[in-house]
Amino acid sequence: MFLINCPYCGERDHQEFKAGGEAHIERPKQPTELSDDEWAEYLFMRKNIKGIQFERWNHAHGCRKWFNMVRDTSNDQIKLIYKMGEKPPAE
Amino acid sequence: MKNKYSIFSLMKNALSHHENWQRAWKDPAPKKEYDAVIVGGGGHGLATAYYLAKKHNMKNIAVVEKGWIGGGNTGRNTTIIRSNYLWDASAGLYDHALKIWEGLSQELNYNVMFSQRGVMNLAHNLQDVRDLKRRTHANRLNGIDAVYLSTEEVKKFCPIINTSPDIRYPVLGGTLQRRAGTARHDAVAWGYARGADEMGVDIIQNCEVKGISRNGDSVDGIETTKGFIKTKKIGVVAAGHSSVIANMAGLKLPLESKPLQALVSEPVKPIIDTVVMSNAVHAYVSQSDKGELVIGAGTDDYVSYSQKGSHQIVEGTLNAILELYPIFSRMRMLRQWGGIVDICPDASPILSKTSVKGLYFNCGWGTGGFKATPGSGDLFAHTIANDEPHKLNTAFNLNRFISGDLVDEHGAAAVAH
Repeated sequence: MFLINCPYCGERDHQEFKAGGEAHIERPKQPTELSDDEWAEYLFMRKNIKGIQFERWNHAHGCRKWFNMVRDTSNDQIKLIYKMGEKPPAE
Repeated sequence: MKNKYSIFSLMKNALSHHENWQRAWKDPAPKKEYDAVIVGGGGHGLATAYYLAKKHNMKNIAVVEKGWIGGGNTGRNTTIIRSNYLWDASAGLYDHALKIWEGLSQELNYNVMFSQRGVMNLAHNLQDVRDLKRRTHANRLNGIDAVYLSTEEVKKFCPIINTSPDIRYPVLGGTLQRRAGTARHDAVAWGYARGADEMGVDIIQNCEVKGISRNGDSVDGIETTKGFIKTKKIGVVAAGHSSVIANMAGLKLPLESKPLQALVSEPVKPIIDTVVMSNAVHAYVSQSDKGELVIGAGTDDYVSYSQKGSHQIVEGTLNAILELYPIFSRMRMLRQWGGIVDICPDASPILSKTSVKGLYFNCGWGTGGFKATPGSGDLFAHTIANDEPHKLNTAFNLNRFISGDLVDEHGAAAVAH
């Protein structure tokens, strides 16, 4: 159980939010030219990191906006939240 | 040589106040080199080692476990065993395991308390009814026992279920697999450990893997907290931590690790003599031999290795349980815990070779791996020993995520993800 600081609404209980998985996986620019391996990589393969992970979250039961989060998956501590379109922090 | 467990050994040891029982497994230091190393001392890993030694005569092998054996998901699941999956490939895989379960206590000379008390799956809406009927037919075509029950038959089989038509989740029917049931999860790990140890397998606890050493395209050893171990074959059976090990070898897997919770109540007299699962409302319940209600809840939707889940997940499950079983309304819950499950996009496991020679993965069992423990160990041992999958686990290769030949078992996996 943890609180999430929505960049648009402020701090809310995490059950208002929906996790959207790993962030910064870019949609293929030329889908028709992708090989099967590249499709598998895009669709299925995940880093699934134990430690600091970059993720997308959606304030599903609030403003319904998407944003990014940096979170330590080993203890569920949220390190940073930033808006969609913003560049991920270097470290 | 291990002494045989029997009524006579029990009486003999009672005379010496149970203080002279033989050790069930040794506590060896790792050797410099093994023919194969299994990473992960849970049920699946220990079963893999057992069958490698027993059926493939590979006795110079080790199981390395970062904690204690059976201390991960093996000791955290709700012990349900069934094989009523939809697709042919899954039916083959899970029923292979169920057939081994049926003789496992005798084979291991260790009572795993396998109890074929039946597993009933409930339907709460019309789509459930259609899906469960389809699954019943599919099961029977694959030689797996399954019957479809009407609401009245559900009530007759398990009288404490509220089948009133005006509840929030009305019971419209259900399926029953009578050969299904439960087993004692710790005993499975201990029984396999004892059996493997007897054949010379080294079970090394408190030994965490820190790195996989590669020589070009093949593995040549593992770095552990107890030093470097040389080996040409590594079988990874690390459940929720599979991706962590894969990353050490420079691989990515199609997995996400999420918390799955379960809870038990205070012990009460026998009240439910079967296992009832309800996918749509996410509630399943059985009663342990100690008398506790064993309740399985759902997964959280975010990646986490914290072994803690969210409170509202448990709350949602208990809401549904109370609606279906009003008799439990004054029960008190004793313990609640979480385990980390590795979930595949198609809700089916991976028992496969990888692009690295000598590195094998047995993972992706997600929310339902316990039932498959013996079959998984047997087939994974075959895969490691022969460097080729057995025909029953050919479909569960890693390549299916590239070819698109997925085994979609979201309907039959009890926990929706």
